[in-house]
Amino acid sequence: MGEPLNPRYRLYHPKWHRTRIPIFWWLRSFAYIKFISRELTSLFVAYAGLLLLIEVSVLARGEAAYGRFLAWLQSPAVLALNAFVLLALLFHTFTWLNLAPRALVLRVGKRRVPDALVLVAHYSAWIAASALLAWLILRR
Amino acid sequence: MPETITLEVQRYRPEDEAEPVFERFDVPFRADWMVLDALNYIKDNLDGTLSYRWACRMGVCGSCGMMVNGQPLLTCATYLERLLPGPIRVEPLKGFPVIRDLVGDITDFLEKLSRVKPWIVREEEKPLAEGEYLQTPEQLADYEQYSMCINCMLCYAACPIYELEPDFIGPAAIAIAQRYNLDSRDEGVQERLDVLSQHDGIWACTFVGECSVVCPKNVDPAGAIQRYKVAATADWFKSVLTPWANR
Repeated sequence: MGEPLNPRYRLYHPKWHRTRIPIFWWLRSFAYIKFISRELTSLFVAYAGLLLLIEVSVLARGEAAYGRFLAWLQSPAVLALNAFVLLALLFHTFTWLNLAPRALVLRVGKRRVPDALVLVAHYSAWIAASALLAWLILRR
Repeated sequence: MPETITLEVQRYRPEDEAEPVFERFDVPFRADWMVLDALNYIKDNLDGTLSYRWACRMGVCGSCGMMVNGQPLLTCATYLERLLPGPIRVEPLKGFPVIRDLVGDITDFLEKLSRVKPWIVREEEKPLAEGEYLQTPEQLADYEQYSMCINCMLCYAACPIYELEPDFIGPAAIAIAQRYNLDSRDEGVQERLDVLSQHDGIWACTFVGECSVVCPKNVDPAGAIQRYKVAATADWFKSVLTPWANR
């Protein structure tokens, strides 16, 4: 072996190389972008939950206050925001529910419950809960 | 079909380079050659100093995992033909410190693997005279998928959490822990849970899911980790709701 070309190299004290992780590591692949989107859309889940709580509290303050709140909800800017939030929520819901069979391995007797059934159960529960909420909010 | 294909191979010779560099090699293109065959061609004919790991050449030993065009792959199972027209970029597995060229230091993984006690734990061994521990085909099916792991560490290279938080025990070690937990002969579930319920265990995983995508043996480490989370949560609820129960 000849003289080392790297002046900082000490014989028999080799240095490992460690790659620095860029801040935008998640732009490396579509799978990572999808993952980050799934995680970030949880903020919209929090927003939607908060909006529902505010709606209930406004309702408790009387008909006039609730009317003003509904008018605010119907303003174009809020409608546009909430339309975007709805898309984000659907993305969040679909990506998470589709993962459910990976985490939930159920057995009935000796047989494993098929993944499709776990999926159907999750989607049914989601649709039923959404329908109940829609009925509560939209009934006159 | 082209006559040659170009490989851009990461070189890191710490005595000569402070940072890794890429070196281009033109190798003959053969339809039945894998990326590993091309690396062996380079080593045999072009530059004998190229360092990389390999052993079985048949997808069993788990030694030849590298980043090929940015994807963690077993080089012995990746046809050159799949990567036409090239050039093919070959780098060491992501997430591990590089010792030389394509060789990463895997001590971290080996230490973590031993932490999860990857063997059958018995509270009390029965005497040899009583014979072997019997198992039904259904009991075998419970863990068989996880026993396929060849410790190739592609899942670690695919996991951004391991890269960002090197303390994370990681996909393969947890999948292997599940392999023993789900084995009807094993009694070490609680001991492993004590290790894996720590912050750097199952809860560090945010279910990116790429570990399962790249696994060459369909072990599904991501699924194993999520099942572990469900089991750990159920275990916690049980201990809170029935504190009197003998655990």
